[in-house]
Amino acid sequence: MTAMIDITNAEKTFTMHLQGGVELPVVRGVSFQVEPGECVVLSGPSGAGKSSILKMIFGNYRCDSGRIGIRHQGTLIDLATAEPRQVLSVRRSTIGYVSQFLRAVPRVAAIDVVAEPLIVNGTARVEARERAGALLRRLNIPERLWALPPSTFSGGEQQRVNIARGFISDLPILLLDEPTASLDAANRAVVVELIGHKKRQRVALVTIVHDDEIRHLIADRIVDVTSFAAAA
Amino acid sequence: MAEPQNPPQDDQPLLVAEHLGKNYGRLIACRDVSFALYSGEVLAVVGESGSGKSTLLQLLSAQLAPSAGRVSYRMRDGVLRDLASLGEAERRFLFRTDWGYVHQDSAQGLRMAVSAGANVGERLMAVGWNHYGRIRDSASSWLERVEIDTARIDDAPRTYSGGMRQRLQIARNLVTEPRLVFMDEPTGGLDVSVQARLLDLMRNLVSELGLAAIVVTHDLAVARLLSHRVMVMKGGRVIETGLTDQVLDDPREPYTQLLVSSILPA
Repeated sequence: MTAMIDITNAEKTFTMHLQGGVELPVVRGVSFQVEPGECVVLSGPSGAGKSSILKMIFGNYRCDSGRIGIRHQGTLIDLATAEPRQVLSVRRSTIGYVSQFLRAVPRVAAIDVVAEPLIVNGTARVEARERAGALLRRLNIPERLWALPPSTFSGGEQQRVNIARGFISDLPILLLDEPTASLDAANRAVVVELIGHKKRQRVALVTIVHDDEIRHLIADRIVDVTSFAAAA
Repeated sequence: MAEPQNPPQDDQPLLVAEHLGKNYGRLIACRDVSFALYSGEVLAVVGESGSGKSTLLQLLSAQLAPSAGRVSYRMRDGVLRDLASLGEAERRFLFRTDWGYVHQDSAQGLRMAVSAGANVGERLMAVGWNHYGRIRDSASSWLERVEIDTARIDDAPRTYSGGMRQRLQIARNLVTEPRLVFMDEPTGGLDVSVQARLLDLMRNLVSELGLAAIVVTHDLAVARLLSHRVMVMKGGRVIETGLTDQVLDDPREPYTQLLVSSILPA
């Protein structure tokens, strides 16, 4: 098989021990594949489990059962059962993830937040910062902000820093959780271009977008998450 | 695929704990702790006071003898050795060179009455450096790295602020290029702004130097910022373990859920 992502029967339930052990089923029977160069858009109403599925693919949420197959350095790894070190290795060199909100580290400059994934993979600091600057410029973050920690930025600016950080690496899988939610039309168009570029580079993408127009522009296939609804 | 490959992963653990336990009479401080730590990996041990996390740190760093189980460490020759079987010279080598230990109370980790330069230089002299000029140069470059004004090199740490003392402790520990650093509540008792600076500094140093570290903390934000993996302790046992973001974003055990939900939003 050639798929970069191959999910079979993945299931997730939260058990809320502080609320008397209430079980909160999230998704069940999640099964789909993503090929290189393909952009799959997850659709469904709020609360259907779209973000949870992305987090399961990133290894951020644990699966209760099923398989999260990821093609990593030529072999297939099941992230649902992988050791923490393997998950970290997959995140370093295979899966990028743009979360809905930037988790800013105090004191770290925006340009370094963006350059970090490259530096971790051995790119020289100067080159990594150059590429980070180019991406920030493309996303219309003014140069005078680059040296500042993004915690003081507006929501839209933070999201663009987050996008730049996610897009800077040449990783074969990219997960995007509402990347355009707080952006204006001009910046949404930039993100659509960046996604198009990743697709031409044969990157496998899984995204969540609510905007119909953008979905239409980027989606090769839509996976309806309501079919994985776990609520009995 | 076009992306650069990672360097081959080092598949030998640096430190291995097996069924580690410690009782004081009938009081069980720590029981049945097993894990492996690899080079470049930062492990956070979290839990509240009395959970056994400080006892565990002392067992792991050979300051306390276990009642059960053992700790092994891969020496620089690549051989994994039981800490209990080490000779005096080997233990000294670990304490003075290959390991660092950052205490919560800087008075335990520093000599408060001698100069900052001497505090850093002392570890170098212990490993055979004897050229005063080179020791001073190295001390001064380390003070810079931990953001201490080198004009303060001749001042004793008792004249330093809390945050500066912690940074000096870090310089003193890292000057011998250790492979493993133990940290016991390294940001405890510091102002939040001072904490942020210290955390950022530690985060950068750990990744630049490829250090392995075991950080004991009750502060989940510290664990999130510094560590790759987390062990949650309660009543002397490890009750949950995993990738840091997994454990903090998707906690499974009732106690971990309680810890995570008790963080006050800023």
